Amino acid sequence: MTINFLEVKNLSTYFFTRRGVVKAVDGVSFHVKKGETFGLVGESGCGKTITCLSIMRLVPEPAGRIVGGEIFLEGEDLLKKSEKELVKIRGSKISMILQDPMTSLNPVFTIGDQLTEAIRIHRFLKGKSLWESAKKILQLVHIASPETCLTSWPHQLSGGMRQRVVGAISISCEPKLLIADEPTTSLDATIQVQYLRLLREIQEKTDLTLIFITHDFGIVARMCRRAAVMYAGKIVETAEVREIFNHPAHPYTQALMKSVPKVEEKVTRLASIEGQPPPLHHLPPGCIFAPRCSAKKEECRPEEYPPMVEIEKGHFVSCWRYI
Amino acid sequence: MTTLLEVRDLKKFFPVFSGQILSKLIGWVKAVDDVNFSIKEGETFGLVGESGCGKTTISKVILLLEKATSGSIIFRGKNIFELRGKSLSDYRSSVQAVFQDPTSSLNPRLRVSSIVSEPLVVNNVLPRKVVKEKVEKALFQVGLSDEAPRLFPHEFSGGQRQRIAIARALIVRPSLIILDEPVSALDVSIQAQIMNLLKDLQAKLDISYLFIAHNLATVRYMSHRIGVMYLGKLVEQGPAEEVYTSRLHPYTKALFSAALPSHPDVVKEEIILKGEVPTALNPPPGCRFHPRCSLTKSICPEVEPELKETATDHYVACHLYAKASLIA
Repeated sequence: MTINFLEVKNLSTYFFTRRGVVKAVDGVSFHVKKGETFGLVGESGCGKTITCLSIMRLVPEPAGRIVGGEIFLEGEDLLKKSEKELVKIRGSKISMILQDPMTSLNPVFTIGDQLTEAIRIHRFLKGKSLWESAKKILQLVHIASPETCLTSWPHQLSGGMRQRVVGAISISCEPKLLIADEPTTSLDATIQVQYLRLLREIQEKTDLTLIFITHDFGIVARMCRRAAVMYAGKIVETAEVREIFNHPAHPYTQALMKSVPKVEEKVTRLASIEGQPPPLHHLPPGCIFAPRCSAKKEECRPEEYPPMVEIEKGHFVSCWRYI
Repeated sequence: MTTLLEVRDLKKFFPVFSGQILSKLIGWVKAVDDVNFSIKEGETFGLVGESGCGKTTISKVILLLEKATSGSIIFRGKNIFELRGKSLSDYRSSVQAVFQDPTSSLNPRLRVSSIVSEPLVVNNVLPRKVVKEKVEKALFQVGLSDEAPRLFPHEFSGGQRQRIAIARALIVRPSLIILDEPVSALDVSIQAQIMNLLKDLQAKLDISYLFIAHNLATVRYMSHRIGVMYLGKLVEQGPAEEVYTSRLHPYTKALFSAALPSHPDVVKEEIILKGEVPTALNPPPGCRFHPRCSLTKSICPEVEPELKETATDHYVACHLYAKASLIA
């Protein structure tokens, strides 16, 4: 059995605001094995991004704070690292691709400047060898003319090219863990497929571990091996992707899957989930999904949050129905 | 079903100038080039394509927000570009729109009652009591509570804001609503709510929709007939089920293969297109898709294919099917 590459235990990240404590991430536990692709699925505001920012230790302070839990990357607890040690880890061990390439690239620096920055800092290259390695990375992400790309500005590139440059920056120091936060949301369908295929290719070449944050089950179906479904700051279900699609156990997962239209077949009527996610500073007591749940029963205890139970090997769910 | 709106040979070109003082015309962006389609009463026509293919430009021309370069749009037997006075304002109230992002399409300084009643007040003079009743009725139809009229848009969630935008479109009892990516800014669980609402309203009020979207799954769920656009051209058109099951144009095939699967076991042929969409400024000669097409023939870069009927009501603009249409 392989040791877990990344292990997140009971992570809680809260934001302290005037309106109260916003429990953006509340007792989240999951693990990712080496070389695997793990999906984190959920609607906006469910805490997917904050979970990953916590792993990077980039939670916007002082409003946000990691209030509890442990994050082990190859056995080392990231939450005990000093800022100085973290600088060495970010970029070289863990890196991140953000959703919108237009805002994650600086408009007043050339692609070359931005791409070489991380290599200069982490790999101590200079001059010609720095330039050469930057070109090699651009070739890796299939940019046709790396020489001209390095001297151009972000606005001169198309959306797909820009996102590939962002990808190139994040893999430039050969990280072991890459967190992709909705990397294809702003791209067109045909460009999205190109990009997903590219990420796969890079993963095979470099034995990268990928965490995919997305709201789209289609991306999970295509890319991931295991996935976790998040709702209002908590993970409600974790399983192998096939298991999630074939036997979704949590009522939220079930409802979410039924509410997505399909390309392959005609659906006459979509089932929709009534209401909307609860505000994170005012969570209902007990199961957070109970107010919208159609399978609510008497055994759902009103005051207590259902613990995570294993219903099948590797399939965890937190719902009173399975206890 | 009778035809409600017909778009005939519609062209919309935008001039491109260069130089700041002595500016010179250097070319045209052919945003929409010779597009033909029609929408029947009570029907949803889905328009799919990638960004920059001209979907939104078509909707702007229909809404008379842009002037067409040439061509005509026939609405209930009349060319809308020739409408003046009363008939023009009648047309404007019978065609309404709902846009992608409800946060930016609702004025944050107005109360919901003023937002929803605006199309009514602009087009007619009505007693205040009647306006109030109509606002309440429209908000009820989209499933909002009684207290909604006095609130401001920021007091609602994204899905509810989109409901307000739909109520604003409904209040003048339009016969056509243009839905420009109405659900793509919303969350997955809210998308289904809004799409079901739109379907219910269509069944109840017999409205036609022009549904513009890039997500093929939502278009399939919503539309009766669809048109696929590429770089200002309609490349394929037909009944939704027909196009989804037997797609013909190489671009349609590629677009469908790029759609994400609904299950990990779904196996799809992968057609990866070369390069990216070229700009509509000086598009490629002949068939606009030929530089990215894997089935290019010698005729493709030279002659522009015409939209031809291959099966009943199923049209495709591709040289590969030129012979098939002759037999038919």
